[in-house]
Amino acid sequence: MSVATLRVYRGDATGGAEKEYKVPVDEGMVVLDAIHFIQANHDGDLAVRWNCKAAKCGSCSAEINGMPKLTCKTRLDSLPLDKPVTVHPIRTFPIIKDLVTDVSWNYEVRKKIKPFTPAPNTDWTMFQEDVERGQEFRKCIECFLCQNVCHILRNHDKKGEFFGPRAMIKLAELEMHPLDVEDRSEQLRREAGVSYCNITKCCTEVCPEGIHITDNAIIPLKERVADKYFDPLKWVVNKLKGI
Amino acid sequence: MDKYETHTHDVIVIGAGGAGLRAAIEASARGACVGLVCKSLLGKAHTVMAEGGVAAALTNVDKGDDWKTHFHDTMHGGKMLNNWHMAQIHAREAPDRVRELEHWGALFDRTNDGKIMQRAFGGHTWKRLAHVGDRTGLEMIRTLQDRGIHSGIDVYMECTITHLLKDGERISGAFGYWRESGRFVLFKAKAVILATGGIGKSYKVTSNSWEYTGDGHALAYEAGAELIDMEFVQFHPTGMVWPPSVKGILVTEAVRGEGGILRNREGDRFMEKYDPERMELSTRDVVARSIYTEVQEGRGSPHGGAFLDISHRGSDYVKKKLPSMYHQFMEFAEIDITREPMEVFPTTHYVMGGVRVDADTASSTVLGLFAAGEVAGGMHGANRLGGNSLSDLLVFGRRAGLGATQYANKIGGSTLRINELDVQRAVGEMLEPYNNGEGENPYAIHYSLQEVMGDYVGVFRTKAKLHEGIEQLEKLKKRASKLKIEGTRMFNPSWHLCRDLKSMLIVSEAIARCAHQREESRGAHSRVDFPDYNDEKWGRVNSLVLKDNSNMLIGTSSLPVIPEELKRIVDGGYK
Repeated sequence: MSVATLRVYRGDATGGAEKEYKVPVDEGMVVLDAIHFIQANHDGDLAVRWNCKAAKCGSCSAEINGMPKLTCKTRLDSLPLDKPVTVHPIRTFPIIKDLVTDVSWNYEVRKKIKPFTPAPNTDWTMFQEDVERGQEFRKCIECFLCQNVCHILRNHDKKGEFFGPRAMIKLAELEMHPLDVEDRSEQLRREAGVSYCNITKCCTEVCPEGIHITDNAIIPLKERVADKYFDPLKWVVNKLKGI
Repeated sequence: MDKYETHTHDVIVIGAGGAGLRAAIEASARGACVGLVCKSLLGKAHTVMAEGGVAAALTNVDKGDDWKTHFHDTMHGGKMLNNWHMAQIHAREAPDRVRELEHWGALFDRTNDGKIMQRAFGGHTWKRLAHVGDRTGLEMIRTLQDRGIHSGIDVYMECTITHLLKDGERISGAFGYWRESGRFVLFKAKAVILATGGIGKSYKVTSNSWEYTGDGHALAYEAGAELIDMEFVQFHPTGMVWPPSVKGILVTEAVRGEGGILRNREGDRFMEKYDPERMELSTRDVVARSIYTEVQEGRGSPHGGAFLDISHRGSDYVKKKLPSMYHQFMEFAEIDITREPMEVFPTTHYVMGGVRVDADTASSTVLGLFAAGEVAGGMHGANRLGGNSLSDLLVFGRRAGLGATQYANKIGGSTLRINELDVQRAVGEMLEPYNNGEGENPYAIHYSLQEVMGDYVGVFRTKAKLHEGIEQLEKLKKRASKLKIEGTRMFNPSWHLCRDLKSMLIVSEAIARCAHQREESRGAHSRVDFPDYNDEKWGRVNSLVLKDNSNMLIGTSSLPVIPEELKRIVDGGYK
């Protein structure tokens, strides 16, 4: 059995450093298995979030060799084991301890999004082709890796002005729901800051569910806002109507 | 002034999976001030892993279905040990609960005429499971989460409840700690709803997440509530077997629902031997035993399982209806299920036993304590049908929210007392691992516990093995009474495990002792030394677990008697 070297970030809000561990490698082993081995055999207090260990809950996000990934889905044999594997917490959110970060902001944003609102007396007939657009976005497991790599949040820390890609696909899902009648374009334009996104597609690249965040959600949302607020013809009509 | 951070609510719900969220939504809608406490972040509960679908007689696909047939199937699946009234309420109310999810924004797969699509599943006479590909649980939890966060519920995330508090005979609160800081927190409440899910983490090979440590079962037991039928642990027939890292991860029954075929190494479709009528869509207890037997008798696949093949349905169909399975096998096992078979073997999946509840109100035998979902017992009898869990969560989650609110309203303005001595004891107990100079590593004990449960209290059981298992558990209890850990209380998983171990040891002992007591085979409980049903002696009783001082009392109690008109439905046969 071969042995991998892991350098795991240990620390909290006051600071920290990588700590090195040797871990025996079993067939098919993932990074989260290695973290569990460390907990059971070396440092029982190594903090990590995880639930399902089957890539369905999105709890175990981390930066592995600098790449944002789910630790339960990253096989050790997919990494170069001739050098140490580094495991760090996701960087966009404040650290609590070791690999655990404070992601509560995402839940605050989520709460601001206007909820699903069907028309009164809806008869609930929907066809597969109508629900498929929304179903793509509802695959989201809320791992927040997209929020983590979005440079508007990560580098510019515009958390007060931009909701981030996760919230954008939530908004898109509601806007594209065949029976929803709520209008979220004002919210998209102002509070959610959809225009901040400059379509670098970093979020799409890291999505473990393969959701086309930029192409299928954010761009259509931008078009919706542009149509409503920046269409010159509509602008004139609205002016004349006094809207 | 309170010594600890204190929150006051009418109703506290412990657990934020399907049952907990549905209970909290209902209680809040009925005017209660609700606190929802969960061990993980919101939306990460085990419900998220449910795959195949939610069972409800919507009759969108098969017009012949109705609640009576669903009731009939559930009782037969449970080998008549079900609480008939729970099974009746469940079958009657499930369609409304599913439609309600749609009204709250869920996007189920559709039929050609634009209704909710339904698929076949083991033990269900008709196509009954509403679904979204193979990620139905995720759809359900997101829908309930969205509804919940706009319902005025206070959510306490990453907070573990360690003790229930009573004022005399009544529940008066709950005590626990914040996982992040390790600080203690006190919840004063008129009613507490347990929605903590199951117990799978007592076993090594399991489809369950780390949260499934039997917390609610143990909290109820400690508070003096009755548990029933704990010997009935469902081993899902199809868990992954290879590679070792993913051993036990669930392979949804929807694979068989969509036409998947089981074969042994010799290429035989072995279900012909065990259930020629229903084949792969027999009930889970039967399919699990069949796979186990094939492997035991030397006809297993290379890694000790059976082959499950869906490739004949064609690549596009498989990727559309079973996308998670496709990715799961591609990424974890490098197997393309559209071209080659999977290898599968039984995995610990679900506990049918749990807190004894009143079918209408979900109240336990302790005043002010309610239970819904997997932590509650009775609904599924000796074996649960696939798809009946998600519907159970909705139906009885709602009922628990309703029952708890009505109870809290009755208490009204009168103040319940928190016994300060009980709180002091809870604190002392929690801090023990930090004060012990010497002691065992909790991870080592957990590992041993999983070995014992797998080896002695697994799929096939005997008196001798169970006896040995109970002795081993006694030794583990002794070792676990003195644990030692390092680090601070800030997000310290080893400290969290110390408390979880206590719960796991209680439920493991209950399972082993009940299994030892029931000298027959029924549903998920298979005794090699008593291979047949014994209706005379065991067909009319629930197993009963109750705490008596520090001893675990095991006994039986009579099953509620089924009314004549419902008995006729049950006896009526299929279709």
